[in-house]
Order: sequence, then structure tokens, then C-alpha cells
Amino acid sequence: MKKSMKEINRQLNKEALLTLGLFLLFFLWWYATAYGLADAEWTVFGLPAWFFMSCVVGWILCCLGVTFMVKKFFRDVDLDEFAEELPNEKGGRE
Amino acid sequence: MENFAVILPLILYLILMLGIAWYVTRRASKHNFMEDYFIGGRSLGGFVLGMTLIATFVSASSFIGGPGVAYSTGLSWVLLSMIQVPTAFLTLGVLGKKFAIIARRIQAVTVTDYLYARYKSKTVVLLASISLLVFFIAMMVAQFIGGGVLFQNITGYSYVIGLILFGIVVVVYTTVGGFKAVAITDTIQAMVMVAATITILVAVINKGGGLPNLVENISAANPAMVDPEATPKPQILSYWILVGLGLLGLPQTSVRCMSFKNTKALHSSMIIGTIVVGFLMLGMHLTGFLSAGILEGTPATSDNVIPMVVLQELPSFWAGLFLAGPLAAVMSTVSSLLILASAAIIKDLLGRFSPKQREAKQLRKISLLATGLIGLIAFAFAIEPPDLIVWINLFAMGGLEAAFFWPTVLGLFWKRANKEGVIASMIGGIGTYLLLGGLGVSIQGINNVVFGLLASLLFFIIGTYLGKRPDAETTELFFG
Repeated sequence: MKKSMKEINRQLNKEALLTLGLFLLFFLWWYATAYGLADAEWTVFGLPAWFFMSCVVGWILCCLGVTFMVKKFFRDVDLDEFAEELPNEKGGRE
Repeated sequence: MENFAVILPLILYLILMLGIAWYVTRRASKHNFMEDYFIGGRSLGGFVLGMTLIATFVSASSFIGGPGVAYSTGLSWVLLSMIQVPTAFLTLGVLGKKFAIIARRIQAVTVTDYLYARYKSKTVVLLASISLLVFFIAMMVAQFIGGGVLFQNITGYSYVIGLILFGIVVVVYTTVGGFKAVAITDTIQAMVMVAATITILVAVINKGGGLPNLVENISAANPAMVDPEATPKPQILSYWILVGLGLLGLPQTSVRCMSFKNTKALHSSMIIGTIVVGFLMLGMHLTGFLSAGILEGTPATSDNVIPMVVLQELPSFWAGLFLAGPLAAVMSTVSSLLILASAAIIKDLLGRFSPKQREAKQLRKISLLATGLIGLIAFAFAIEPPDLIVWINLFAMGGLEAAFFWPTVLGLFWKRANKEGVIASMIGGIGTYLLLGGLGVSIQGINNVVFGLLASLLFFIIGTYLGKRPDAETTELFFG
């Protein structure tokens, strides 16, 4: 069954907002660990705590976050459906 | 001192790139030249999509300029570089599917195609194409120069020889192979970058007697090197716009949203892209920082740090292999800019302003001609390099964002957005950005792109409310 453009748009807007949300979370983690742990004395592999948490752990968490978001919330859309809907109308094939 | 052992792996590598382009061209389907040449027939899989996005974005400054600054500033600059981790998932997650659907509906192959369909204005096409061409050529020149200087420093052969070697190769394979060749070579280039990063990072850590020892020595000599606040906060936070959120405006990344095969490819490329870009940024900038503990002698400029470390630590053959990494970064960035600049001339300017029917054969000829010509122009500028190359790249990136960010994003997510808004936004945004840059204004070290984007948004909103609502047909096409 074909979905209407409106329904798909609702899903796509949700995905865009989720993406921006993850971007914001990454920023908050980056900021909080980099500046919040600036005075912490402990180190990992010799790297200062703030750096390890913001740059190494932050990156790994970000990768996990993207994976979770994509698997859990993103939906497959049949793109070719749209190619046939409006053939040769605008833009024009040369 | 000229060193043939260094240059040998490089030449083999360049021949490989040409071979791939040749192979891809022979295999290309012949059904629609424009879609094949400029967007690869919308056939990219997830791995290739993620890698080409990253390879285009990661440029000479990630391999040379950035690590050089990390060498003198310390870990705070590595922190700054990690702002770029979301590049892939941000662009693809926000714009990906919408662009893919719209592009298929209107057979768009460029970002300007999309802007025209959304705003129905030739003035927008003109503004978009011209700013794209100007800033892209500036970026290509910066890449060429970065690659040429690096080549000279590591091999001992002259700058011009290096420029001719990899410059001609990238122009040829892009011209002949089009977008598909760009995407496939990008993928290999990204893997070469990963290998180069591992090579140099391991070499530096070994030399320094292990990571803890190395960090200990650096921080003992200068505690600011491990202080996150060594780079001032207003400056570092404005980079969250310039190389963070603002990346949604870059045509060279957003156009890739039109090129993938299906949404499964999109989903996996978001994950792959995030892993790879984080690895490259962390690895190379950390290398720059750690070099502070092992480098003998003082580099003349920060751009010399990585070449000096390579010469000091790697045997000739390995130095050549490493050099392939940054040159891959240069070539993969140039190739993408080049094919888009060519699309701007053929598809956008010529196609919109002189829209007569052209035969496929003729179209092929002028497309190849345009691609080759733009490449040669950028090449010619690079032969006599101007100073301050590091900043050309960032400056052009800011300019593109001031021009394209709001028109791209608001066109997809704001129904009311119209052509009056876009025209005001592009002129106001670029104008503000160039004016501040030209006057040398700097407020608290905040990058001028922040003000360019604010001005651009303001003009967009004012222009939109002064103008008419978009017609029903456009609203139907974009919002259903």
C-alpha cells in the first residue's frame, strides 16, 4: 500500500528532529566532560580525564547513539515510488 | 634532497586511481548522461556513500593544518577537531531522505536544481551558482597548495612537480569518470587516510616510549598543553557553527543525499561515516599533539609539523605510503568540488539560461570540457601560491554556509519560505560575511560565519514575509 506524502513527511520530520536531538546530546556531553572534568586528576592511558571522556568516550557514545537511533526510529522509505509518480514533468531529462 | 623511494609508492597509487576511473567509465550505463555523470545514477550503497561524504569533507587541513595547530596549542585543539564527529549523521539524518525523494521527483542532480524547484527563481540560480563557483575554486586552490607543499617537504622534489603529478591525475579522473569515479576513488582514498593515520600515530607513540610517558613529558614542559581552556571558549564554541551545524549548508555534502540507492544505504552510511570521521580527526590531531614530545628542531610554521615528523620517524618507503593519505584527502576533496562546479556551469547556468535541447553526445563533450577547464583554472592559481592558505579553506567554507544554509534547510522545513526570502538571505548573508572579513572585524574571537548566518536568517525571514506565499503546486510537491 502506498503511503501519502503527508504521512512520509511526518516520519521524516521526526527523523530530522531526532538527528538534531542527538547532535545536541553530543554537544552537551562534549561540553560537560571537557570543562566539567578539567580539574580531575585521574588519567586513562596517560590521557587527562576530561580529554578521555569528551573526545574518546564521547566519540564512541556518539557512534552507539547513531546506531541505536537508526535501528530503532528510522524507517525505510521506497524512494523509487516517487520517481515514477511525476515522470518528465519538471527539470527535464536531457 | 630528492628521494625516489618516497615517490615510488605515490606514483603507483596515482596510477591505481586513474585505472579505477577508467574502469568505472567503461562500466557506466548509458541511459541518462546527466544523472550518470553528475550524480552517479543514484546508485551509491551505504559504505561508498559514507566514505565519499567523509573523504570530501576531510581535507588537507585535517591532515596538515589542524595537527600542526594541535602541536603548538595542545589537547584543546584536538577537542575542537572532535566537533566534526557528527558531520555524516547530521547531514544525512536531517536532509537525506527529503532530498532523495525531492531529487527523484524533479530529477535534480544539483543542490541548485532543488533550489530552483522550491523557489522558482532564476535569480536564485544565478546567486547560488556564482557563489558556489567562487568559493569552490578558492577551496580547490587551497587544497592544491596544501598538497603541493606537503609533497615538496616530504619527497624533496619541487612543489610544481608535485602539483603536476597529483593535480593532473585528479583533474583527469574526475573529468573522464564523473561522479561515480569520484565516489569510488573517494572510498579508496578514505581507507588510505585511515591507514596513514594509524601508521603515523603508532610511529609517534612508539618513539615517545608509550602514551602515558609521552603525555607526561609534554604536560611537564608546558601545562597549558593539556588544559581544555587553552583555546578560548568563544572561539571554540563558534566552531560548533562553522564545522558543526553549519555543515548542513555545504552543497558538496548535501548533494550526496541525492546519490544513494535506497534508505538502507543511507542508514548504514550514517553509522560508518560517524565512526570513520571520528577516527581520522582523533588520530591525526592526537598525532599533532603528541609530536610536541618527540619532534627535534623547531618547525618554521605549523604546516611543517607533520612533514617533519614523517621525515624524522618513517623510513622512505613508509613515508611515501603515509604521504598518500593526505594527498588522498586533497584529491578526494578536489574531485568532488570539481564535479559540482562543472554541474553548476552545465546543468544550472547553461541548462536554465539557455535551455535548448542538446544531444547527448554534445552534452557529454561540453561537460567534459567544463570539468577539465575549471580544474585547470584552479591548478593555474595554485602554481603561484598566495599566502595564508590555511585560512582560504575555512573562509570559503564559511561563505558557502552563509549562502546555502538557510535556503537549503528552510526550503525543506518551512512551508512559507519563498524566493524573496532566499534572495535577501543570500545577498545579506554573503554580504555581511564578506564585509566583516574584509574589514578584519573580529568580535571576541567568534568566527564571522556566526554573524553571516544570523544576518542570513534575519534577511530570510524579512524577505519571506514581504513576499508572496509559494504557489499551491510547489507546496504540494514539497509538503504533500
